[in-house]
Amino acid sequence: MSDLSYVRTEMLDEKDPPGGEAGIVTWIHKNLFPSIGSGILTVISIFLVYQLLAGILPWMFKSSWTASSLNECREAIHLAYGEGTEGACWSVINERYKQLLFGFYPSELYWRPILAFFLLFVAIAPVLFNKVPRKVLYFSAIYPFLAFWMVWGGSIWVPISAMLGLVVGYYASVILPAVIGSLGAIVAAMILPIVWWILLAGPVAGMLQGIVPISIESVGSDKLGGFTLSVLIGVVGIALSLPIGILLALGRQSPLFVVKIICVGFIEFIRGVPLITLLFVASTLLNYFMPPGTSFDLVLRVMIMVTLFASAYMAEVIRGGLAAIPKGQYEAADALGLDFWKATRLIIMPQALKISIPNIVSNFIGLFKDTTLVSIIGLLDPLGLTNAIRANQEWNGVVWELYAFVALLFFIVCFSMSRYSMYLERKLKTGH
Amino acid sequence: MAMADQAGNQPAFRLSMLIYDSRYRSLTIQAVALMLFMLAVAWLLSNAASNLAALGKPLGFGFLSQPAGYDINQRLIEYNNQMSHGRAALVGILNTLLVAVLGCITATAIGIIVGVLRLSSNWIISRLMTVYIETVRNVPVLLWIILTNALLIESLPKIASFRGKDPASDLILWDSVAVTNSGTFIPSPVFGGGSGIVIAMFVLSLIAIVFFGRWAKARQAATGAILPTFWIKLAIFIIPALLFFFIMGRPVTLEYPEMARFRFEGGYVIRNSLISLWLALSLYTGAFIAEAVRAGIQAVSQGQSEAAFALGLRPNKTMSLIVLPQALRVIIPPLISQYLNLTKNSSLAIAVGYMDVTGTLGGITLNQTGREMESLMILMACYLSISITVSVFMNWYNESIKMKER
Repeated sequence: MSDLSYVRTEMLDEKDPPGGEAGIVTWIHKNLFPSIGSGILTVISIFLVYQLLAGILPWMFKSSWTASSLNECREAIHLAYGEGTEGACWSVINERYKQLLFGFYPSELYWRPILAFFLLFVAIAPVLFNKVPRKVLYFSAIYPFLAFWMVWGGSIWVPISAMLGLVVGYYASVILPAVIGSLGAIVAAMILPIVWWILLAGPVAGMLQGIVPISIESVGSDKLGGFTLSVLIGVVGIALSLPIGILLALGRQSPLFVVKIICVGFIEFIRGVPLITLLFVASTLLNYFMPPGTSFDLVLRVMIMVTLFASAYMAEVIRGGLAAIPKGQYEAADALGLDFWKATRLIIMPQALKISIPNIVSNFIGLFKDTTLVSIIGLLDPLGLTNAIRANQEWNGVVWELYAFVALLFFIVCFSMSRYSMYLERKLKTGH
Repeated sequence: MAMADQAGNQPAFRLSMLIYDSRYRSLTIQAVALMLFMLAVAWLLSNAASNLAALGKPLGFGFLSQPAGYDINQRLIEYNNQMSHGRAALVGILNTLLVAVLGCITATAIGIIVGVLRLSSNWIISRLMTVYIETVRNVPVLLWIILTNALLIESLPKIASFRGKDPASDLILWDSVAVTNSGTFIPSPVFGGGSGIVIAMFVLSLIAIVFFGRWAKARQAATGAILPTFWIKLAIFIIPALLFFFIMGRPVTLEYPEMARFRFEGGYVIRNSLISLWLALSLYTGAFIAEAVRAGIQAVSQGQSEAAFALGLRPNKTMSLIVLPQALRVIIPPLISQYLNLTKNSSLAIAVGYMDVTGTLGGITLNQTGREMESLMILMACYLSISITVSVFMNWYNESIKMKER
């Protein structure tokens, strides 16, 4: 029996692939010169890349990092690399990078925006990674107020009393349905916080500050600038646009004709005009729409318009997510006897938001890049600061170094976010 | 009992049914929403009216007919600083449309080429295209526009260097085009007597090309014979017009830009502000279109190109006859939104001093007259109507190429 076995019991050694199928030459042949046309393209592109690098790399590295003005910089480069050498003057970055990052924020308080920036990651962690304990969501809820307090400073009671408005709204929506019915509770939950903010929040904050004075040095909006301003506008825009966008998207799908028309009109209007016109509205027009005598600062007005802008785009993203949800989900929710708000909150929205996360991220990338537009209406974001720096006598004439630095900053942030959204897209693919 | 209830006793309408009866509740909600909306709008408008009245500038569009008093150096229609603000706004709108149309054309070309090359089997080409797309997409477009402008200003020769007996810089293309750091000077056509006939001939040959194309297609469908349509069309395009051009004794001549004492005279000038805006917008939007094109091509199933190879089509023919036409259906919707984005981004012209409608109406006119409300209203209306027109047209096109299903 056993000696009839025709099954090989020991493995053969692995053999090399046949000649001409592996190795660097074959790889080059297959990937760089598969045909004549392709080979010509390869040669041309290698030549172009060489030209580009030959132009840029010497300029980048034959540079000066320590000079204190453009002339000094050029002299240092000529001294080091010979007369007539053109080199980058990275000294301007070395001297001004703090300004490009923080604007005119007091330098001894830099830790505040930095800390707020890092806490931002803690706050969004539960959204980004599902391994983070759910308890962190409470921190996410108070983060906006905390960040506001850290960046602008002042009394701690101002953000706390603002937060109390939301708490009032939340408890109204939890307690009141039993008392006055669900529709009444929703209306009350929307109206009570507004009443609180307009009438009570200010005096309460003042009173608490009188009893327990806790405050840190306050920093005015005019001190905000640089990358901090871009991040601030971007994050405020995206965070506030999410709830507004959800409401607009729901309104756009609503069977209620009037609600639908209002939402569609708003979304299409905002999406039809360029952001710069909305920023013009913020800089010149917005105060006209407020009661006579009110005036609030430009950064806040810009944030309002950017939020409206982002909301319209966010609404479209979420509408895409809603459209992707099978009809059976709605019907199942109805069959369970859930009313519209419960079905939306418990069944529809979690799925729609999950589908839309990659698009929300790319929306955020777009918005973050668009924050550079505020330099046109005179705010000192990184691009606006390049002009301010060039206006100095010492650095008059520096062009490429500043733009390269700003471009690099934006590239790092946007590129890593876009990679992250691609990772998310792969991770969230629960299909087959 | 039940019958009687249904027939006779319609439950009387009570006020509480407005909230508790689902038939009426939606009406109640809508009425309340409408009222709140109207109230909010009325509040904003009354605030605006009282604020404007307090400033002594009630709403009115009379300022549009006042003389503008500023110059626009890049324009498509006649304009000087004595003409009205309205005329300046019109020049601006045309400039916006000019850069939008130019940008859309080049961005589409760049997008298709880059998108196709990104999927190339050539390693270095596809990597290069990826680098291009990622670099361009992840840096703000405003920065690209300013950067391109700075690049043109710093790297091109000054006008002064064209001056003198032995100038440092020369005109290119047989002394007809001068590329300087303030703009590119190109020859302009001068139409003499009889040039009308040449132009008419040219138009006629364009019409002939369309009819020939249809005829050739019908013939191919009927007989299977393929004509070298491209060369024949090219011949129809060139020969008759050229023939008449010489018969009529060369009525159309070119006026070349000439170096006068301090500047070029004659010919047209394309300002660098326009060139840099055009270039930056096309490169930026082109990268986005390339991604859409790539996604569209990848959405066409592999079997299609395999079938085409099995039929013996070469890779180029497979791409242009089999893959791209099918990919087009996927590409068109994102393409629409990219065109709209490009048009809206063209408003950043203000950063390089190209006088588009944002620069004229929303910039100088607004600042000179102090009519923020009116200027911005017209400005937004302009962009809205452009956006709506583009999206209506592109949606119509999308409908027309959609797969016709039974």
